[in-house]
Amino acid sequence: MHELLMEPGGKPHFLLGNEAIVRGALEAGVRFVAAYPGTPSSEIIERFTQLAPEAGIYTEYSVNEKVSVEVSCAAAISGVRSLCAMKHVGLNVAADAFMTLAYVGVKAGMVIVVADDPFLHSSQNEQDTRYYAKLAGVPMLEPATPEEAYRMVIEAFEISEKFKTPCLLRTTTRVNHCRGPVSIGSIPARQGFAGSFAKDPFNLVVIPAVGRKLRLTQLERLKALRAESNGSPLNFSTGRGELGIITSGVSYLHVRDAVRSMGLEDRVRILKLGFSYPQPQALIGEFLRSVKKALVVEEIEPFVEEGARLTAQTMGISTLIAGKGEGLVPREFELDPVKVKRAISTFFEIPFQEPAVTAAPQLPQRPPNLCPGCPHRATYYSVKQVFGEEAIYPTDIGCYTLGILPPLKAADFLICMGSGVSTAGGFSTVLDSPVVAFIGDSTFFHAGITGLINAVANNHRFLLVILDNGTTAMTGHQPHPGVELTPQGRIEPKVSIEKLVRGCGVNVVETVNPLQVKKTQKVLQELKANMGKTGVSVLISKSPCPLFENRILKKTKKIVFQSDGSCDDTCGKCMKELGCPAFAVDTSGEKRAVRIDENLCIGCSVCSQICDAIKPKRIS
Amino acid sequence: MGKADISLRIFFTGVGGQGTLLATRLVGEAALEENIPVLMSEIHGMAQRGGVVESSVVLGEASSPTISDGEANIVIAFEPVEAARALPKCNPKTILITGTTPVLPFTVTTGQATYPAPGALYETIALHVARLIRVDADALAAEANAKRSANVVMIGVLAGTGLLPVSQESWKGALARILPSKLVEANLRAFDAGYRFGLQSKGKPLH
Ligand code: SF4
Ligand code: SF4
Repeated sequence: MHELLMEPGGKPHFLLGNEAIVRGALEAGVRFVAAYPGTPSSEIIERFTQLAPEAGIYTEYSVNEKVSVEVSCAAAISGVRSLCAMKHVGLNVAADAFMTLAYVGVKAGMVIVVADDPFLHSSQNEQDTRYYAKLAGVPMLEPATPEEAYRMVIEAFEISEKFKTPCLLRTTTRVNHCRGPVSIGSIPARQGFAGSFAKDPFNLVVIPAVGRKLRLTQLERLKALRAESNGSPLNFSTGRGELGIITSGVSYLHVRDAVRSMGLEDRVRILKLGFSYPQPQALIGEFLRSVKKALVVEEIEPFVEEGARLTAQTMGISTLIAGKGEGLVPREFELDPVKVKRAISTFFEIPFQEPAVTAAPQLPQRPPNLCPGCPHRATYYSVKQVFGEEAIYPTDIGCYTLGILPPLKAADFLICMGSGVSTAGGFSTVLDSPVVAFIGDSTFFHAGITGLINAVANNHRFLLVILDNGTTAMTGHQPHPGVELTPQGRIEPKVSIEKLVRGCGVNVVETVNPLQVKKTQKVLQELKANMGKTGVSVLISKSPCPLFENRILKKTKKIVFQSDGSCDDTCGKCMKELGCPAFAVDTSGEKRAVRIDENLCIGCSVCSQICDAIKPKRIS
Repeated sequence: MGKADISLRIFFTGVGGQGTLLATRLVGEAALEENIPVLMSEIHGMAQRGGVVESSVVLGEASSPTISDGEANIVIAFEPVEAARALPKCNPKTILITGTTPVLPFTVTTGQATYPAPGALYETIALHVARLIRVDADALAAEANAKRSANVVMIGVLAGTGLLPVSQESWKGALARILPSKLVEANLRAFDAGYRFGLQSKGKPLH
C-alpha cells in the first residue's frame, strides 16, 4: 500500500507539505488530479500518480498548466472533485483559463495549489500569487505548516463546493518542502471518477451576454465569501497586548519565534490570516482597533498590508500600520525570525540584540553543473564548435539552462517556458548574427510548439535545437507526451517530436545523437550552410538523460574513460571546451595533466572523440 | 524542563548525493518518536547536479523552519568546505559536527579555484564556535561494513553527544521506520559506529 493511503490513527506522520496536501485532498474525496511538474510543487503530482491505481482516482501529467486547469475544471463541472498543482509561474500559463473559470465556477470542489518561491530557490522570479486571487476574485487559503496544508486543502474543497468557485491554496517553498507531524483522518471509499454533465450553455458558454450575467454572480459570490472569511476559524488571533502583528503563511512561524525570543508574549497580539482572500475586513478592523500599532509581516509583496490600510481607511481607524511601506519588512527574498525581530524592534521601539554573525571565509564556489556524461553538454560542445561565439543563443527552462556556465556559455537570453523559440524569431529579424535556439523536449511540448509555428509562418530564420533527453529531467524525471522509456518498459512515443516539427511546417529537420560528435558536427555544418535559405530549421538532438536511463533500465557501467598519460594539459581542449565534471587537473606530477575521475565518469565517450589521449577502460 | 520547552535549531549542509536529507529526516522522525514538536525544511535547488543541499530541523519552542544567521545551536556538515560556508549560521555557542572527507567542487577540479588546506579550515571554524567535532564518517562507515551510510554515521555522532533529548530506542526506531528493511541492518551498524564516536565527545545536553 502506498504510504499516503495509510489507515488513520496512531502517531502523527512526518509528512512533507506536498504529501500533506495529497493526503488531505484524498480525504476530501478528490478524484481527478492534473499537473505539469514545477519546483516546489512537483511531489504533489508525483505522489498522486504513484497511488492513483490503488486509490481509484484519475491523474495525469498535463502538457502544461493551462491544460491542467482546463481538464480539471471539466471534471469539476461534471461533479468530480479535482485538483491542480503548479508553481507560481505556472499560473501565468494557466491564467487565461483561470480568470474566466472564476466567472463560470464549478459544481464539485476544485482546488488549485500554487507554490510561490520567495528567494527564487529554483525559479526565474518571485512573483506573489496572492494577487491572482484578487485579480480573479477567487477564495484563497494560505497554510504555514504541513499540518495546516493538510487541513486547509480539505477546507478548500468545502469552500470551493459551497460557493461554486475554484479555490486557491497558496503555499511557499518553506511549506511544500517542509516536513512536520500531521494527524490524519480517513479516506472515503473508492468512488471512481465518473461524472455527469448537465447541459446549461447559458451559464457555461461564456459569450458576452453570459459573461455579463456571470460577472454579477461573481461579485455577489465575493461578498458572501468575504462574510465567510470574516467568520472562518482559519483566521485567528493569539497573545495579548497593545501591540499588534498581522501575518500569514510561513511568516507566522517567524513571528512566533521572534515574539517568544524577545519575551513579548504579553505585549503583542498576533492576527494570523489563513483564509487570506477575500480579506476578512471586519476581523482586521476589529484587530486594528484593539491595538495601538500594527506591524504587517508577510513575504514578498504588501498584499495583506494594503488590505489592512484599506480597511483602516474604510472604517476610519487611525491605528498606525507599518510593513513593507516603511521598508521595515523586506520585500525581497524570504523572511526569517531575525528579520522579523529587527522590524519589531524598530517599529515598536523595543531593544533587540543583533546576533553576532561570522562571515564565511573565502571558499571555492559549488554551483550546480550538468552531470558527467549529460548529453546536453555534448550538444552544446558541438554547436559551439560550429557556430562559435558570434551566434546568439536564446535558451529555455530545464537542466540545460546550466549551459550558461563556462566553458559552454551557450545561453544568451531566457525569460520563461517557451521563450527560447519565440525570442529566436525576434532576434533573427533584427540581428545579422546567426541565431541558434535551445529548448528541451518537455518544454517544447509545454510552450514551444506555438512559437515554432509562428516562426514558420513569419519566415523567421534560425536553427532550433530540441534537446530531447526523453524526460522532464530537472523536476525529477517526470514523463511527457514524447517519452519512450517508462517504468513499464520501452514504448512507442505517443507524440513523435519529429513528426510534430514537420507538422508545424518545418521542412529541414535532422535528428542526431549528440554523443556521436563527428556526425553531429557534420549535420550542424550543413544546417549552418543552409541557414540563409531555409527559414526555420530544426535539429533534434536525441539521447536519453543517463541518470534517468540508468534508473529505469538498472544499467551498470562497464566502461569508463581514462587519459593514457600522453596528455600534458598544454592544449586543455577538453577542459576549456567540454568541461565534464569528471575531469580534474592533476598537478602532482612534473607536468600538469588532465585526469578523469573514474567514479564520476559514466562512459559517454564524448571526450575520447575530441582528444586522442583519452581511451576507454573496462571495469569489472 | 519538559521536552516541549526546549528550543533547538539544527542546520544541515552538504553536497547533492551525500544523503543529507535522509539524515535530516532521521533527526525529525526521532524527535517525533519522543513527542517533541518538530519541523524540518529542505532546500535542494538543483541538488542532483552537484550543488549545495541545505536543510534544517527545529525542535520544541522554535517554530520557524528557517534558521536565521547566527541562530543555529548545532550545525551538521557533511563536507568540510560546507562546514565553513555555514559559519554565518553559527554563534559562539554553536556546536559544529563535520565530516572530514572533502568533496571537490568542479570549480576546484578544473583549476578555477583551490580547495583550502583542511588544517587552516578547521582552525577558522573552531575560532567561531563553541565546539568543533570532526568525524571521519567515511572511515567509520567502512569499518562498520556500511560504506554507503556515512550520512547515518553523522547522525549516530549527534546522538552519541547527547545534545538532544532523544533516547537510543527512538533513534533506532526512527531509522527502522524510514529505511527499506533490507538496508536497516547496515545502517544500524553505521549509527552505532557514529554513536560510539559521539560518546567520546559527550557534552552537556543543550536541553
Ligand atoms: S539530470 Fe540528466 S539531463 Fe539533467 S543534467 Fe543530469 S544528465 Fe543532464
Ligand atoms: S567519457 Fe569523458 S565526457 Fe563522458 S562522462 Fe566520462 S569523462 Fe565525462
